[in-house]
Amino acid sequence: MLKNIKSEILETNVGVLLVATMIAISIGGMVEIAPLFLMKDTVEKVEGVRPYTPLELRGRDIYIREGCYLCHSQMIRPFRDEQLRYGHYSLAAESKYDHPFQWGSKRTGPDLARVGAKYSNEWHVQHLIAPRSVVPESVMPNYPWLLTTPLDYSDLQDRLRALRITGVPYSASQVEYEQNVKQFGAATAKELDIAQAQKNLIAQAEAGNYDGDHSGISEMDALVAYLQVLGTMVDFSKIKPEDLVKYR
Amino acid sequence: MADNVKNQGPQTTGHVWDGTLEEYNNPLPVWWTYAFYATIVFAIVYWLYYPSWPIGQHYLPGFGTVEYTNAEGKTESWHWNTRAKLLKETQDAAALQKPYYDKIMGLPFERISKDPQLYSFVQSAGKPLFADNCAACHQSGGGGKIGYYPNLTDDDWIYGGSYDKIQETITHGRHGYMPPFAEALAPEQVDDLANYVLSLSGNRADPAKAAKGDELFHSHTAACFYCHGTEAKGRQDIGSANLTDKIWRFADVSGAADTASKVAAVRQVIDGGLGGSVMPLWEGRLTPEQIKLLAVYVHELGGGK
Repeated sequence: MLKNIKSEILETNVGVLLVATMIAISIGGMVEIAPLFLMKDTVEKVEGVRPYTPLELRGRDIYIREGCYLCHSQMIRPFRDEQLRYGHYSLAAESKYDHPFQWGSKRTGPDLARVGAKYSNEWHVQHLIAPRSVVPESVMPNYPWLLTTPLDYSDLQDRLRALRITGVPYSASQVEYEQNVKQFGAATAKELDIAQAQKNLIAQAEAGNYDGDHSGISEMDALVAYLQVLGTMVDFSKIKPEDLVKYR
Repeated sequence: MADNVKNQGPQTTGHVWDGTLEEYNNPLPVWWTYAFYATIVFAIVYWLYYPSWPIGQHYLPGFGTVEYTNAEGKTESWHWNTRAKLLKETQDAAALQKPYYDKIMGLPFERISKDPQLYSFVQSAGKPLFADNCAACHQSGGGGKIGYYPNLTDDDWIYGGSYDKIQETITHGRHGYMPPFAEALAPEQVDDLANYVLSLSGNRADPAKAAKGDELFHSHTAACFYCHGTEAKGRQDIGSANLTDKIWRFADVSGAADTASKVAAVRQVIDGGLGGSVMPLWEGRLTPEQIKLLAVYVHELGGGK
């Protein structure tokens, strides 16, 4: 009768059932999730991955605000059909500065993990304003306001500071800045300096003129700058394919 | 059997809820029980073959292995994982395509499209490559889009339609540029130029304005002839347009309803210039073999020279 008593306690006490359920789920989590944090091979050691510049980061915020992730994933899986269509499979290292990551498991539109540098800025602007004008069969909505809405970057430094807390190496002090110079080189380290964020954003938007309109910095500038950097940070011609195999 | 059930009545688990609710404890069907045991055996084999249990900083790699060729050309083996499997599959597929790509790289362009076997390889391999990489701009049949992207199916080429030039364009990309004239020229001068440009291809235009535009075109004030040439036939080495044919790349003249809107379309290009007319480079994204194949495919879309 001992086993009957045990299950009856769970079945007749909601509180006990809740605690027991949580214990069961925690064991599952410990087995399936925790080891990835412990394993030394989870995140590949590759050159080139850096945090986003302030302009790219604001573009990423707009990407999330507009819900692009609902239809577009940013994770090319290691299958031949995906590699043929989208390019090299995504590495964990390539999204290590993404909070939250944009991997996704549902695609209505194509994967965007390596869309950077694939099309011209002009194409992206036209495609975002009116997708069907360039891809007749597309079901993507129009985003015309991106070009006409000025980019708000007043709270830029707060955004960088928040990401710094999660471990993204935006520098808040001279010591951190010098660490970034060592890790990423001087040019990138300057882009990651929180104190210079506004200045850097304006400089990149003016030099790049991503939306083709010189009159000001629009949300389109930021979003296209973000799209154009996706998947371009790692130079795969310098990596032996078998080295990546050995990380799994 | 029916008798047995009647005599014994259903077995219960002994649980009783609310005084009357009882739970039957019928034995599971035999086939179900054995299928369940089979899944347990399957799981154990699965754990042993594929990477499974985490242990500290490592995990059980499993007995399954994948053999592939490493960068030094030697056969190497690693425990089963999707990356190793993909590498192996990619290498196997590349080995099957190698005889064709070797031929493509070894033969001059003209002979590739004359070889029926290679031609059909170009067509079948070129179609998905074009769809994935080119069709977003040049559209699925290569017809382009007036105002945005050039048509690849006609015989009018901005940077040249020979096999070599197409290969060069795909490999290194292109960056078209025309300066804006809105500030350098008066509105009437732009109007004169637009009328002259339209008259070049036999469109209706104001003859007086066109004559003034002609003068301006060949003067050092507007200096249009620097890039478009004295005969306005364009220069493929710098990608300036031929203005004397009826093919329009940016100004939608053929789609304009009347002369006024044709003039307006041309004026818009002269006023604003062209800065963002960029074709990305495909070197790095595609292999040299794929680019040569695509050059043949694009050449054969209809307009190759």
